[in-house]
Amino acid sequence: MTAPLLDIADLHVSFRTPRGVLEAVRGVSFAMGREKLGIVGESGSGKTLTGRSILRLLPGAAELHAKRLTFDGIDLLRATSAELRDLRGRRLAMVMQDPKFSLNPVMTVGDQIAEAYLAHSRVSRAEAREKALHMLEAVRIRDPGRVYALYPYEVSGGMGQRIMIAMMLAPDPDLLVADEPTSALDVTVQMQVLAILDDLVSERGMGLVFISHDLTLVASFCDRVLVMYGGRLVETLDARELGRAQHPYTRGLLACLPQLSGTEGDLPVLSRDPAWLEAP
Amino acid sequence: MTAEVAAPRGWHAWLTAEAPSSRLHARLVRLYGTAGVFARNPLALLGLGIVVLLVVMALVAPLLAHGDPSAQDLSRRLRPPSAVYWFGTDELGRDIYTRILYGARITLGIVALVVIIVAPIGLLVGCLAGYLGGFVDTVLMRVTDIFLAFPRLILALAFVAALGPGIENAIIAISLTAWPPYARIARAETLLLRESDFINAARLLGAGPWRIVFLHVMPLCLSSMIVRVTLDMAGIILTAAGLGFLGLGAQPPSPEWGAMISAGRKFVLDQWWVAAFPGLAICIVSLGFNLLGDGLRDVLDPKQR
Amino acid sequence: MIEVGDLVVDFGETRAVDRVSFKVAAGEAFGIVGESGSGKSTVLRALCGLNRHWSGRMIIEGAQQGPVRSRAFHRRLQMVFQDPYASLHPRQTVDRALAEPLRIHGLDDHERRISRALREVGLGPEHRFRYPHQLSGGQRQRVAIARVLILEPTILLLDEPTSALDVSVQAEILNLLQRIRRERKLTYILVSHNLAVVAHLCARVAVMNRGRFIEALDVAALRAHRTQQPYTAQLLRASEGYDRQAAEALVTYD
Repeated sequence: MTAPLLDIADLHVSFRTPRGVLEAVRGVSFAMGREKLGIVGESGSGKTLTGRSILRLLPGAAELHAKRLTFDGIDLLRATSAELRDLRGRRLAMVMQDPKFSLNPVMTVGDQIAEAYLAHSRVSRAEAREKALHMLEAVRIRDPGRVYALYPYEVSGGMGQRIMIAMMLAPDPDLLVADEPTSALDVTVQMQVLAILDDLVSERGMGLVFISHDLTLVASFCDRVLVMYGGRLVETLDARELGRAQHPYTRGLLACLPQLSGTEGDLPVLSRDPAWLEAP
Repeated sequence: MTAEVAAPRGWHAWLTAEAPSSRLHARLVRLYGTAGVFARNPLALLGLGIVVLLVVMALVAPLLAHGDPSAQDLSRRLRPPSAVYWFGTDELGRDIYTRILYGARITLGIVALVVIIVAPIGLLVGCLAGYLGGFVDTVLMRVTDIFLAFPRLILALAFVAALGPGIENAIIAISLTAWPPYARIARAETLLLRESDFINAARLLGAGPWRIVFLHVMPLCLSSMIVRVTLDMAGIILTAAGLGFLGLGAQPPSPEWGAMISAGRKFVLDQWWVAAFPGLAICIVSLGFNLLGDGLRDVLDPKQR
Repeated sequence: MIEVGDLVVDFGETRAVDRVSFKVAAGEAFGIVGESGSGKSTVLRALCGLNRHWSGRMIIEGAQQGPVRSRAFHRRLQMVFQDPYASLHPRQTVDRALAEPLRIHGLDDHERRISRALREVGLGPEHRFRYPHQLSGGQRQRVAIARVLILEPTILLLDEPTSALDVSVQAEILNLLQRIRRERKLTYILVSHNLAVVAHLCARVAVMNRGRFIEALDVAALRAHRTQQPYTAQLLRASEGYDRQAAEALVTYD
C-alpha cells in the first residue's frame, strides 16, 4: 500500500482568550492520497483551521498540537520555517474564497502568476512570463495576452478565482487546499471553475482538499467527504454514499436543506445534541 | 459531584451578565467590559493616571499649595529648589511649585473649554455634510477648508492684534482652528456609514434625515471623536503654552505654564528651574493625554464594532 | 396588490433594471431569482423607496407610487436585508432597535409590542437587552424580522434573507418566514440566487438576468423542469450539484 500523501493524526488547534482556552479543532485525524477530499462543516466547525494547519499557516495566536502531521513523508511538525517556506507554493498550495482579497491589487495578474512561478524555480523572467500565459490558457481564459496585463479590479469574480488557481498551480504542487473557492461565485460560474479544478487535478495527479459549507456540492464534486462539527470529525464517507450517512448531524444537515425536488412543508430543523461535541 | 465554585461577588456578576435586564444594565455591562480591556494596557493606565493627577491638582490646588501663587518676596528671588521651595522661586520670589499647581487649573480650563466648543461643532458639521451630501456637503466642506488653511498661531496673533491679549481670546483663536479636523473625521465616518444596511433599515422604517444623523450616525462617530480629542489635547496645551510664551495668552501674574517658561527664558542657563519645571509639567501632561488617547483608540477600535 | 410596469433603473451609464414588469396578488409569495449583477436587489430597492432614480409604473395597494414614499407607506411595506451582521445598529440593544419603529410612528404600548414581537420570532426576554455582537447570525436575523413585523406591514420584501446564514439556521429562518406569512396573511417578494430557497417559499418565480426578466413560471413547473428559456434550464441544472458534463455545456448568456 502506498504511503498516504497527507497523514494527520490527532490534530488540535487552540486559542488563548481572556475567557480561557478555546479549542477550535479537537483531535481530527485523517489520511489522504491523490484524491479529491471534501471537508464540510458550518461556521465554527474548525474546517478552515484544519485546512490551514496542513500548510502550517495559522494565525499567530493559534497553538497547534498533533501526534502526526506528515506530507509525503515529510514531518511538518518538525520542519523549520525555511523548509516550510520552500514547501509552500512548490508542493503545497492554497486557494481561498475571495480573489478580491487574495490578489495583490497593485500588480497585474500576469505578473503575480509569474512571480509565484519565479519564487520556486530558477528561470528567467521571460520564461516565467511564458509559463504564466500557459497557465492562463490552462484555466480556460480566452486571450491570455490581454488578461495578463489586467489588474485584479478589472476582472470578474470567476475570472479572478481562475487566476488564483493558475497562480497556485504554476509551480506544479502535489496538494492543493481550496478553502471555499467557489462560495463567492455565481452558481454557473461555480460549475465552470469546478470543472477546471477537476480537470487540472486529474491531469496532474494532485491531491485536493476542498473545504466548503455546501454538503451537496462537495458530495457531487469530491471522492470522499469528511464532516466536521464543533472542532471534531463526526463522519467520513465516500461521496457516493452520502445518502447512507450514519451520524445524526450529517443526516440532520441533509434533511434541513430545501430541495428543488422537495415539497413545501416545514423543513426539518436540526436539533443539536450536545453529545456530538464529545469525543466518540 | 464536587461542590460548585462559589458564585462571583454580586457586583462583578451583575456587570458581566450575559442577559442584561434593562437598557441601563446593558450599557453598564458594555462599559465594564470596555474598561476591563482598557485596564490591561499599562501605558494607557499611566496616561489615565497622569490626566487624573492633573484634574486633582487643579481641583485641590489651594489645599496642596504653599500659599498664594502671586505672593512676591523679592528678597527670595531665584532661589534653587530646596526643602522650603520645592521647585525653587522665580524672578519675583514666587514659589514655582504653587504656581504650577494653580497653573494646572488654567491648563485644564483651556483644554476643557476648547474641547467643549470644538468637538460638537466639528461633529455636527461633519455628520451633516457626510449624510446630506450634495450642495450642503460642498458648502460645509469649503467652509471647513477655509478654517483649516489658517495656521493656528498666526490666527491667534491676528486675533490678539484685533481684540487684545488675554486667555479668552486665546481660547477662541485655538478653537477656530481646531474644529476642522473633527469635521473631516466625522464626515469620513458618516460617508462610510451612510450606505450600511442598518441606516437603510432606519430609512425604511420611516426615519427622517435629522433623526438618522442625530440618533444613528452621530453615536457611531463618537469613538473616533473621543480618540482624536484626547490626542489633540497635547497639541492644544502646547499651542496655549506657545501663546502664553509669546505673551498673547494668559497675562501676568497668571501662573500659566507657557508664560512661566517665557519669563524663565532669561535665566535658563543659571537658574534653570524657573523654565524647566513648567516645561516638564507641560511635557508630562501632553504625554499623559497622548498615552490615554492611544489606549482609548485601542479599546474603541472600529474592528470591535 | 403590487403591479410593476416597465421598471427601468440606471446607474449612470449602466442599466441595472431593463423594463421589468410583473404583478403580485395579495397574499402571494413571488420569487425573483438571478445571479449577482442581475438587478434583482435593485428591483426591491426601487419598490421600497430606497432607490429613487427609477422610471416606469409602480402601483402598490392600488396607489401609484412616485420616487418618495410617505411614512404611512412604510407601515404597509417593509424589507428584510441580507446581511444580519450589518442590518442591526451595532450600538443599539435589541430593545432599542425594536422601539425605534414604534417611536418613529408614534405608537404606544412599547412594552407589550416588543415582547410580543420577540416571542413571535422565537426569541426570549434574555435576548432583549443584548447588543448585536452578542447574538448569533440566526438570532440577529430574527431581530431584523421582529423589527419589520412590529409595524404590522402587509407586504414584506426579502433580500436574500438566508444567504449569509449557516444551512441549519437557514432552515429555521425559512420555517419562521413561512409561518409568519401564513399567520399574518402577508404578501412576499423574495429575492435570492438560490433556486431551492425560492422554490421552497414561493409559488411563482421570475428568473432575472442582466436586468431583464427572462422567464416567469410557477414553481411547480420549475420543479418539473418544464422551463422554456435555455438560461432557466441552465440555472436549474447548475443548482443541482456539480456534474462534469453539465459544466461543459454551460454558456454565458448576455
